[in-house]
Order: sequence, then structure tokens, then C-alpha cells
Amino acid sequence: MTNQNVIYVNNRPIAIEGESNILEVIRKAGIKIPTLCYNPSLRSYGACRLCIVEVEGRGILTSCTTAPEPGMKVHTHTPEIKKIRKITAELLLANHKVECPTCDQMGKCKLEDIAHELGVDDVRYKPLEKCSPVNDTSYAIVVDRDKCVLCGQCVRFCDEIHGVGAIDFSYRGSNTVVSTAFNKDFTETECVNCGQCAAVCPVGAITVKKHINPVNKYLEDPSKTVVIQVAPAVRAGIGEEFGLKPSEDVTGKMVTALKMLGFDYVYDTTFTADLTIAEEATEFLTRVKNNGVIPQFTSCCPAWVKFLEQYYPELIPNLSSCKSPQQMFSAVVREILPEKLNVKKEDLVFISLMPCTAKKFEIRRPEFEYEKGKRDIDEVITTQEFARMIKAAGIDFANLKPEEFDMPYGEKTGAGVIFGVTGGVTEAALRMAAEELTGQKLEGKELEFEAVRGSEGLKEANLKVGGVDLNIAIVHGLANAHEVCKEIIDGKSKYHFIEVMTCPGGCINGGGQPIDFNQPEKIARRTDGLYTADKNMPLRKSQDNPAMKELYKDHLGGKPNSEKAEELLHTTYYKRDY
Amino acid sequence: MGQQPELNLDQVCTILQKHEYDGQQLIPILQEVQEIYKYLPKEAIEFIAKKIHVPAAKIYGVATFYAHFCLEPKGKYLIKVCDGTACHVKKSIPVLNAIRERLNLAPGKSTTNDMLFTVETVSCLGTCGLAPAIVINDKVHGLMTPESACACIDEIIKQEASQ
Repeated sequence: MTNQNVIYVNNRPIAIEGESNILEVIRKAGIKIPTLCYNPSLRSYGACRLCIVEVEGRGILTSCTTAPEPGMKVHTHTPEIKKIRKITAELLLANHKVECPTCDQMGKCKLEDIAHELGVDDVRYKPLEKCSPVNDTSYAIVVDRDKCVLCGQCVRFCDEIHGVGAIDFSYRGSNTVVSTAFNKDFTETECVNCGQCAAVCPVGAITVKKHINPVNKYLEDPSKTVVIQVAPAVRAGIGEEFGLKPSEDVTGKMVTALKMLGFDYVYDTTFTADLTIAEEATEFLTRVKNNGVIPQFTSCCPAWVKFLEQYYPELIPNLSSCKSPQQMFSAVVREILPEKLNVKKEDLVFISLMPCTAKKFEIRRPEFEYEKGKRDIDEVITTQEFARMIKAAGIDFANLKPEEFDMPYGEKTGAGVIFGVTGGVTEAALRMAAEELTGQKLEGKELEFEAVRGSEGLKEANLKVGGVDLNIAIVHGLANAHEVCKEIIDGKSKYHFIEVMTCPGGCINGGGQPIDFNQPEKIARRTDGLYTADKNMPLRKSQDNPAMKELYKDHLGGKPNSEKAEELLHTTYYKRDY
Repeated sequence: MGQQPELNLDQVCTILQKHEYDGQQLIPILQEVQEIYKYLPKEAIEFIAKKIHVPAAKIYGVATFYAHFCLEPKGKYLIKVCDGTACHVKKSIPVLNAIRERLNLAPGKSTTNDMLFTVETVSCLGTCGLAPAIVINDKVHGLMTPESACACIDEIIKQEASQ
């Protein structure tokens, strides 16, 4: 190894391989440096001061903001560094409301880990007098400022990844807080309820809003029949909460756990994901045939829908009129079940189990009510809340015997399963559109559209399907959505179909999924989980779902986009300020 | 009684046009908007946010960071009481207290109900030779005593009443 492309970490040469800061190089050397504010997906910020190292000739620097230079000599654990780091951790703890046993972040708190690792056994500094009220004005998140250590991950994520910026730092010095503009309620801001601020918060200052109590009330009420639908991505995450291997299919255990918790009917949102594909692909083909408004945007992500309504209302005609799978489910099943189960409509309770915090917002949209003041879906719980409920009920999840979803709304195909990952909706739609356009059955490898898979924030695919050239864009992270929207407005867009998911990686990385600070690793792992599940499914095309065909025949006017289907499965959007 | 100009966003439009709706020009834009209203009205900030595509939360952050910016409406007469070292030694605090007492103000309440006066302290006006000094709407009054400061205020009140 030449001196040209290495730095010396504790006297050992480590190659520089395009890293933008020495922190990444040091970590490659197998040395653990604590950080709170560092997130490789975001700009380096240098706020928490825990990643300090000594660079010979330059003194003590934060490694996350120092670029590697060939020949640099770095020392990571000198007595002086260790002492400063420990004091820093003490100061951070003095600034943090310590209530660990009752904290939602318990067991996943980075500050807790760091204090432990650095050997902080006493906090000598008196905490600042802080007692801000907990802000629970959002449907998706809860903010407890007294726990905030101002690492700024939430602020940077909202701004850099989403281009939203609903929260920012305000005031300064010891008065600095993270807040909305004018401290407004979250419901009066541009916040899209994605919950990623909670997902990146290392100290539990922003957490997912919990709706476990109302759900338990329904479960305890003997007059209620409680129906739950489970989104595809939940099965890719829930096992993590119970130490199960990522490769293990926990779908069956999940169903068993829900039955044990007292849910009367456990159905699969994947069923209505298939239904969404049938409707959305048909809508798209109609638009193409009739020179309708193109490109067509997907509409299954409620955070994205709100984003478009508030920033690009002129593009509302581009948005597919399809309801999301969650809302399609309740629209259809709430119509059918009372008769089928012989239950009064008002005694049926609909809960959904989602990886997503924005779904909590979606069910509260006024257009999703079956009667004035009565929501189609009574409550949403996230994967995180589901894990809490399992633990509270004393269920030994890891050792459960798998059970099957209830039928017929547990019937599904692989196309519906991959809805949970970026590119999945597109791939599912292609499996249907390709057959429609070519008139030929897709088999085996033909079903896998590799061109639309992958983790880039903006992917483009050009496919020739049945003689039709299709330009497709797949977007995740709303900052990328800003770009494609601007292109359309400027008349420069070349796309026919655009899939947008708010969360990086898609729903598998939703704000309500189990906390895991290693974003690239968790996305890869959960993506793999869903693609494997798809591969193992006997049916892999939405149009082959037998229960769905039955449903069209009996209740939805025989075919996609029929009058009845339009009435139940489609919706409208509106311009909004926030 | 409110002496504030009507919240006419036309003027804000002119300022934004001048700065070509450039988010990088946020601070000069805010300075000029504050010139008009003497503070930064919420409606103006939200309007600016939409026009220059900078989130309102970020503008709020900038406006709360710099002491120069003010989010509360100010009185027609802005009284700055210097509490720099020289003025402090020359007893600026009794002057401040006398003014507050005369106008029924206290720390935390800096503007009179009739929106005529706002009282704030500043760190140094640069007129140490005239310590203790106050500035009322850009006019310096030097060598103040509690009595002479109150006399200045009474003069203004008399003038306002006669109009």
C-alpha cells in the first residue's frame, strides 16, 4: 500500500476508497466511533461532537466533517479523546429528560448505548430546567422536546430527503428547539406524516403516535366484531422485534399472534393490493389508449398524495384516482361483511396494521367515511405498536405455530406482496399490463422486471411491451418527486407512468416499522424478504387472484373500472395549503 | 387605535421581485419586509415561504435566531434604551425602569396596549459620550435621567393627543 491513498488510523494504514469523511474510513478499520448526529444518507453536521478524533498536526476534529487526506495520521482513542467524549456524553445526558423505563425508545436509544459504552456512570452537570409540553398535534408522531439533543437528523431528513422542511431549528443558544413554523400544530403544516423523523431520532424525542388503547377497547368490547387487515411490508419487519432471522417467513406467526390478541378476522391488505393493480393498470391502459392525462402517478402512498396536493395541485389529474389498498379494503369489505357474517354494520370494527404512520392520517381524510363522522377504518396501528401489543399480551412470538389468513380476503399473489418495496407497484402493474398488451401469458423469469428494481432514489426504465414503448420512473424520497413534478410542469417529462413512495426503499422502511438505524442494511434485508416471498408464491400476477375475480363477478360489476368499481374503489383529490 | 400599516402584501411582492424570488436572499428580504411592518407578520412569512420555495419553518428559524428580527408588532414609537457598559455605569437601569413604569410595561411586555410605544434594551448605541442614552425612532436623546426620559415620552403623548 502506498502512502498515496491511505490514512493511518491508530498507526495502521487504511485505504481511502472514495469516502467523504474520515469517520467512514475509521469504521472500515473495525473501530467503533460513537455518533448521534451522523447519518450517511444526510449531509454531515458535526453537532453531537462525539465522533472527535485527534489528527496529527491539526488537533482534535470531528471525524464526520473531516475529509480524508492521504497520509493523515488519526488517533481515535487517546486518553484525552476518551475524556472529552465522556464529558460530551455527560453534557448530552444533562440536556436530555432521562425517563428510560417509560420511554418509547427503550432498548433502541442511541444515547443510552453510548453512555453505557463510554462508561458514563455519573452525570455531574445539573440538567437545564426544561418542561415543554409534549406535542401530540400530529396524527403520526409525538414530539417530546425535553428529550431532544439537537442532533438535527429529523430536520435534515425532512429537508434533504423529502424537500418538505416541516420542522426546523428555531431560537438559538440554550433556547434552541426543533419546531414547526410559529410552533403551529402539525396538522397545519406541510408535514406529510411519513414518520421518518421518528425513525431517525436516536433518543426518543420524536416517536410514532400510538393508538394501542383505542384498539384494545374495541377488542375488549364483546359487541364488536373486529376485523384487521395487514399490509405486505409488516411481515418484512415484525420478526426483527423478536430476534428472528431476516430469512424466516413470519407471515403465519403474525396471523397467529393477531388471533391470540383477539382479532376476529385477520385479512391481508395484499388482497386489495391486487385489486389496486387491476384498477390502476386498467386506468393506465385506458389513459394510454384514449390520449388521457399522462404520466400517471401512483396513488397508494398517502404521504405522497398529500405532498402533491399541497405543492403541485395542477398535477392532480395525473394522480391515479385509485384509492390506496388500505382504503379499497375497507370500502369493499365493509359493504360485504355485514351480510356475510350476519353482523350489524355499526358493530363491525376495521383496524389496519401498517408499516406506515401516514396511514393514520389517511383514514382521517373526510372522503373516507361511510357515514358522516364514521370512518371507513376505525384505527391504524403500526408494526411498532403491534410488537408492543404482542409483548404486553405475553405472547412468545418467536415460537408461535403459523396460521393462515382468513378467506377470502387473505387470498393474494406475489404481485401484491411486492407493493411494499420501491418499484413493486410498477412491477405488479407491468405483470398485468404486459399480458393485456401482448395477449400472452408471462411465466417464470418473465415475471421479474429487473429494470424496475433497485434502491436508487430515481430509477428510469424503458420497456417495450406488446409494441408499446413505456417510459417509467420510480421515485422514493420526496425530494426526487419534486424533480419529476417540476419536469412535468415544464413540459420536459418523457414518462408515461411514475411510481412514488415517500419513504426511502418503500413501505418496508416506513416510519412505523421497527427502529433500526442502519438504513441501507435494513432496506436491503427487508427488500430481499418481500422479493423472496413473491418468488415463493404459487400465484404471482394480480389478475390471477381467484378471490379477486370472484369479487369482481359478485360485487364489482364484472370488470376493473366498471361503474361499481369506480364508485367504491376510486376517489378524488383536492388542492390544500397544508 | 392600531397604527400598523394594513397588511398589504403588494409591497412584499415588490421586494420579492427585486430579489428575483431567490431563496439565497432570504435575510435581505426579511430585513426589507421588516422595514415596512416594523416586524415580521406571520402572514408575510408564510407568503414569502410559498413564493421563494423556502419552508416556513426555516424562515421562522432564521427570524427567531437573529435578535434583529421581531415577530411581534411594534408600537409607533420604538424606544431603545442603551444598556451598554458606559450607559449601565451611568445608571441606565433607573432610566429604563422609569420609562417602563410610565408606560405600564414590564420585562416580557414591551409594547403598550394602544400600540404607541415599544421599549427594548440594546447593548450599545455607540454614543457612549452621551451616556446614558436612549433612541426614540432613530433620534438620539443623551444624558438621560428618569425624569428627562419621562418628559420625552410625555411630549410625544401630548403631540399624539393633539393630532
